[in-house]
Amino acid sequence: MNEYVYPVLAGLAAGTFARMYMLRTDYRQYPTFLHGKIIHLSIGFIAAGLGAIVVPSFMEEEFTAITFLTLAASQFREVRNMERNTLTEVDQYELVGRGKTYIEGIAIAFEGRNYLVILTSFVTTASYLIFNLWAAVAVSIVSLLLCRKLMSGGRLGEIVDIEYKEPYFEGAGLYVDNIYIMNIGHPERQKEVLKYGMGFILTPKNFNARTTIANLGQRQAILHDVSTALGIFRDSGTPALVPLAKRDLDDGRVGVFVLPQERNIEKAKEIIQNVPTLETAIRMPTKAEVNQKG
Amino acid sequence: MMPIEKYILAVVTTNPNKVPAGTHVFHCQDKKEMDHFAANLEAILDGIAHSLSDEVYIIVKH
Repeated sequence: MNEYVYPVLAGLAAGTFARMYMLRTDYRQYPTFLHGKIIHLSIGFIAAGLGAIVVPSFMEEEFTAITFLTLAASQFREVRNMERNTLTEVDQYELVGRGKTYIEGIAIAFEGRNYLVILTSFVTTASYLIFNLWAAVAVSIVSLLLCRKLMSGGRLGEIVDIEYKEPYFEGAGLYVDNIYIMNIGHPERQKEVLKYGMGFILTPKNFNARTTIANLGQRQAILHDVSTALGIFRDSGTPALVPLAKRDLDDGRVGVFVLPQERNIEKAKEIIQNVPTLETAIRMPTKAEVNQKG
Repeated sequence: MMPIEKYILAVVTTNPNKVPAGTHVFHCQDKKEMDHFAANLEAILDGIAHSLSDEVYIIVKH
């Protein structure tokens, strides 16, 4: 036993706990069961171990040991690939798919969380070595809070106003408010669509939001989340019953048409509000120099 | 195999004069028969029956 054992163990524990904390199973139901969780907990444990040994190896002047961190980076990139591949494969069999943009967002989050684990165990070990155990406990709590803040992204409710509109037919065209959704010819299908369908209008709060919700991946994420949380009136072989989101070209509003099993307007609104704004869908046209000139 | 997308798989109509050549046409007697055909074709072909007019449905794969 040398003087580094307890500090490293403290860092390891803090890091692993941080990974557990960030691995919550929520309504998106991913990862669900033990196997998926074990993969991420083990990789989180390895990440914690790497973070914890940085300061001791520095103190022992073993600088080459620190280069092992580069190995970690390539490992975690592999985690991202793994998540992307799994989710893309599984997505083909979803009634309403997540879409590539959403999958990429999830994969990025999985990679990023491992780096947060390294950071947590690094600062915990460092504060144990420099100060004492209590400082380490305090620092690990602070970094957990920081992790929570860093891992939660924006929500759609922050950038759009959501309004319920009953969908209707004009001839064979299905509309939500004044936004054309699709052409459904068969009268029986039309009846089903009116019986189960719900329409929502998302009005962007500013110019940036307008471009973000125009992104097809972002729109697919909305449809996926609503269909997951409220169920979906659809099966293979009923291609006409498909949730869609279309855009009003004039003002950038988006009309969302969904077919939930549970028709509850308030719940649906809340779900749409809580859809994450996808990292890869966010655009900031107002930051462009030409737009700032006035 | 390339999946077929955005393609007219079949046309169901009561007025064959309106239908282009080079596609599968189901010539029906009346609107009721047309609806019946369209519903079955939708399920079988996994395409959506779009209505171009009261006389013409096209079954399109998306």
